[in-house]
Amino acid sequence: MPPSEAALAALLLRAEIEEWLLAEADLLDARRYRDWLALLHPEVRVAMPIARNLAPALLAREERTRAGQDVMWVDEGFRTLEQRVRQLETGIHWAEEPASRVTRLISGVRILEAAPDRVLAGCRFILHRNRLEDETDLLIGRRRDTLLRAGEGWLLHRREVLLDQSVLHAKNLTTFL
Amino acid sequence: MSSDFADLVDLSEGIVQRAAFTDPAVFAAEQERIFARAWMFLGHESQIPEPEDFFTSRMGTESVILARDRDGQIHALLNSCTHRGMKVCRHDHGKAKVFTCPYHGWSFSNDGRLAGVPGALVGVPHFDKAYRGELKREDWGLSRAPRIENYKGSIWASWDPDAPDFLDYLGDMRLYLDYALDARDGTPGASRVVAGVQKWRVNCNWKFAPENFIGDMYHDISHRSVDMVGIGPNGGQGRRANFRPRIAIGFPGRGHGLLGELPTTEPEEWNNAWALHPEVDEWYRAAHEKRLADLAGRPRVAMSVGTIFPNMSFHGRQPRTILVAHPISPTTTEIWRWCLEDVAAPQNVRDAAREYFLRYSGPGGMTESDDMENWAYATAASQGPIARRRPYNYHMGMGHARPAPGLSDAVECGEITEENARIFHGRWADFMRGQPWPIRLSHAAE
Repeated sequence: MPPSEAALAALLLRAEIEEWLLAEADLLDARRYRDWLALLHPEVRVAMPIARNLAPALLAREERTRAGQDVMWVDEGFRTLEQRVRQLETGIHWAEEPASRVTRLISGVRILEAAPDRVLAGCRFILHRNRLEDETDLLIGRRRDTLLRAGEGWLLHRREVLLDQSVLHAKNLTTFL
Repeated sequence: MSSDFADLVDLSEGIVQRAAFTDPAVFAAEQERIFARAWMFLGHESQIPEPEDFFTSRMGTESVILARDRDGQIHALLNSCTHRGMKVCRHDHGKAKVFTCPYHGWSFSNDGRLAGVPGALVGVPHFDKAYRGELKREDWGLSRAPRIENYKGSIWASWDPDAPDFLDYLGDMRLYLDYALDARDGTPGASRVVAGVQKWRVNCNWKFAPENFIGDMYHDISHRSVDMVGIGPNGGQGRRANFRPRIAIGFPGRGHGLLGELPTTEPEEWNNAWALHPEVDEWYRAAHEKRLADLAGRPRVAMSVGTIFPNMSFHGRQPRTILVAHPISPTTTEIWRWCLEDVAAPQNVRDAAREYFLRYSGPGGMTESDDMENWAYATAASQGPIARRRPYNYHMGMGHARPAPGLSDAVECGEITEENARIFHGRWADFMRGQPWPIRLSHAAE
């Protein structure tokens, strides 16, 4: 039996979103930050909560800090993201000068919610950062990204980054996750 | 190197040997001589508001449970079972009457009233049968810091029963700590920490952090990129375009220091520090004016950053934060960062303050991410045998400190100086000599 129209449409949407996420990672790995900013919705929010070690009774409610209320690793919108790009462009942002080598591995892309003009996609990531001689960070976790339809393409509207660390084992976070 | 390592610091020459920052033997000695004696910041009472709340903190390299008992008293208990050393608590925070070790099941009460003493051993599996009732449980409670102080909500502890009272330890640095802990309108201690503590590892010696925050206006090039971008909430360039002039104020003999203003009674116009957020700016203006009106002409201080010896640093104005640089190894530090807010602040004020904190401070902060690069590679490049032949240079402003008007036992040395770093390392030498008390204020003249 041939696949249903709906199943085909779901497959195509997943392929389209996966392609978008991989292309975005390519732009960031290539340090094409201005091109990357063009993929962001003007009201974008990127949130990376802090994970905590808690007893079972608290785990469900408090495992991660809350965007918009608590201390986070990152909780910001377009203005700050654009400032970060400008800081990188100064050439004297010492945390990234000389530039780090960063590769983002994105896999396990799934469409969690789909509406005509909006998708919520889940994925897993490995971000490998190597800088100078022997400094290597390995940041691993999951992401939930909301994309909004914009013409032929999509813009990033919400990004939640769930990192598998409570104590961050990287001296700074000067890459975009 | 002498056995007490105090001669690694030579204040008359203005130098500190690199071994103080890299040598494992020095690091081991610091744990006994500094971190087992000094007053240290553990957390804020707003993190444990209810009876039986706990927050797991650190003192030096060791895990310490900050526990509030049934009566509301706060205790600092070493997080290591007295039987085999296992951590009795592996949760970052929570609620507990009793901490039960997951190894053999010894359990410890946090309740002084129930058990006689906080941290008392109250449960031992097979106490009757295997120990035959012979174990002296009263001798085997958790180690408890003998000195603990709740200062305007900030909780401090020391392992040294002979440590001076916390307020003596602070001296007039207290005025500047007040500035950070009080509400913006001056209401004493009316602040709390925003939920969540940033904790991260940096491959640097722990002393880089307190030295950075004690009054080092010289490291401006570190932050030139962020000043070019202009991340402050006033909309202008730089992080402090609208601050009044600051100077380095230090407390010789105590080891504390800050960048800020001397006590003053001069009137001060609100500086529109939050001009990008007009409603938020208006709230700060009203708080500022109420503070001045309530002071009714009495002296007031202001400050940006400071360090309380050994490893607590803080920002007194937004982004208002507390930092502790926990030693892990000679070349590894775990930094913890809390964010402070006014209890009475409305949501828009808290949102703006928290967002400024997040883009400024911590590993993701556009300002401090560059500090981490400098501290890490300064540590890395200081370890070789040739590098260690040359001490670090602390010459700037030597011999130019003056008594600070309006403060006791304090000096000031202008805006850009290494006076406060010299004060820090002088205090470090006192501790390493094993003679931190009584506090020797005569250092001021050295």
